[in-house]
Amino acid sequence: MSELTKLTIAEARDALRAKKFSARELAEAHLSEVAAARPLNAFINETPDVALKQAEAADKALAAGKAPSLTGIPVAIKDVFCTKGIETTAGSQILKGFIPPYESTVSANLFKNGAVMVGKTNMDEFAMGSSNENSSFGPVISPWRAEGSDENLVPGGSSGGSSSSVAAFLAMGSTGTDTGGSIRQPASLTGIVGLKPSYGRCSRWGCVAFASSLDHPGPFARTVKDSAIMLQAMAGYDVKDSTSVNVPVPDYEAGLENSLKGLKVGIPKEYVVDGMPVEIEKLWQKGIAWLKAAGAEIKDISLPHTKYALPAYYIVAPAEASSNLARYDGVRYGLRKSPEDGGLVEMYEATRSAGFGDEVKRRILIGTYVLSAGYYDAYYLQAQKVRTKIADDFRAAFKDVDVILTPTSPDKAFGIGAKSDDPLAMYMNDVFTVPANLAGIPAISVPAGLSGDGLPLGLQIIGPAFEEAKLLNAAWHLEQGAGFSATPKPWWKG
Amino acid sequence: MSVDKKTVQKIAHLARIALPEDKVAPMTSELNGILEWIEQLGEVDTKGVEPMTSAAPTTLYWREDKVTEGDNAENILKNAAETEFGFFTVPKVIE
Repeated sequence: MSELTKLTIAEARDALRAKKFSARELAEAHLSEVAAARPLNAFINETPDVALKQAEAADKALAAGKAPSLTGIPVAIKDVFCTKGIETTAGSQILKGFIPPYESTVSANLFKNGAVMVGKTNMDEFAMGSSNENSSFGPVISPWRAEGSDENLVPGGSSGGSSSSVAAFLAMGSTGTDTGGSIRQPASLTGIVGLKPSYGRCSRWGCVAFASSLDHPGPFARTVKDSAIMLQAMAGYDVKDSTSVNVPVPDYEAGLENSLKGLKVGIPKEYVVDGMPVEIEKLWQKGIAWLKAAGAEIKDISLPHTKYALPAYYIVAPAEASSNLARYDGVRYGLRKSPEDGGLVEMYEATRSAGFGDEVKRRILIGTYVLSAGYYDAYYLQAQKVRTKIADDFRAAFKDVDVILTPTSPDKAFGIGAKSDDPLAMYMNDVFTVPANLAGIPAISVPAGLSGDGLPLGLQIIGPAFEEAKLLNAAWHLEQGAGFSATPKPWWKG
Repeated sequence: MSVDKKTVQKIAHLARIALPEDKVAPMTSELNGILEWIEQLGEVDTKGVEPMTSAAPTTLYWREDKVTEGDNAENILKNAAETEFGFFTVPKVIE
């Protein structure tokens, strides 16, 4: 049955409609892979009962000939999306046992389109991290290993469970949230496609908030076409999210294979950082050649404020986080610690001290500091102004070019524990992904090649706001050029 | 700008996070490492630049002022650690 798990969403969709197998068979094949892959720790909660019930409904819909795009397709949902009646933790002890009485808009949209949920995926606590080592439910292990090595590697973060589960064929697609790179960087490290749409394209309603002006829900899948199908189902205007943007959702799948003739692709000279492996630079050059061969015109461009994106991010994101995470006070939901003879303030302090992990505490404290009296202008206001400059850089660039091509991450997957003692070294993972979050523009990571020791590397395409169709069209051609077909060896099956 | 241990304790209190004595020194040095790194933003000339406060230019829409959801106190209270008589409860605040 494991052959069924190797299909793409597009293939499975067509085969289900042609009655070549049932949604139940497809769900069972995936559930058995999920159960066999527990060493990866990709799930906080497996939901086989939900999956089988949804598969049964999918089979009925298929029999009735009323099957929307994702009918019967097994997906994994990042544990940051609230799922009605199913525990949602955001990777944190402070939310352990929280059962949302409502469904997030993105997961509701997927279910409305017939998707089948195999589980809630593990993640860095409150989506803060680039390696998935900050989960209070233990790190996720990448399905990939370097050639000849049995060292456990990180799957990237913060959506590490979502990237691992799709790369290891436990689900055909998954959801993630990308605040500074949390979809694209794990996609790059695990050899799959990760798409961060424009800000306002996918509703944030029912998503556990980290940094509201930077959080972008989006899909993971194994192909660009599957990403288009996933985005199609997830996207759309939502009155329940005041930052949702009311523009029509085009047919993303329809324009995928359009010619690139006349498309101008910008290559920003600032996207080279110290210590970046030569093989990543070489891959970038190959990406340029592939797009050129597909008819695109290549132009050198400059995004002069790129180096300030990461420090600006590490003011804006913690500031918003310190405010968002103030809601975890032990009163309405989640953990509560009441010290003996303590009052309300002692209860707050004990609850938050016990419930939050180290990285979350670090960011809340940074955020509280940069927002505090006397420092607000120097840090927070200055960072917001730099954010304007970064968005202006992109606006200026998009007058000359249609899309921008860069590497996704300055590094391949690293070992568990390799960077965990140095927060700044960890933050550097997001140097190429953070600018698109600050500007609110869409960006996609496409698997493009392997490192010398056999680990996946991704290239990123960035586009103007709400130009996902153009982005996916360029990404499809990049995917064709790269012809990436490597998959991880299933060592976890013993 | 760097922070000392006293400032870190003050921030932790503002953020309502109990910071045990032995965690104050390591947290101070980690925060200083990060703050020193973000100082470089000072280099950027931002005179006359408007702060970016929204990632997508949107205006809030108007809706009719009527209740769209309600009557679900039971559901809302379900996740609380302690409730009484249909209310959330907290430790005594007023003596």
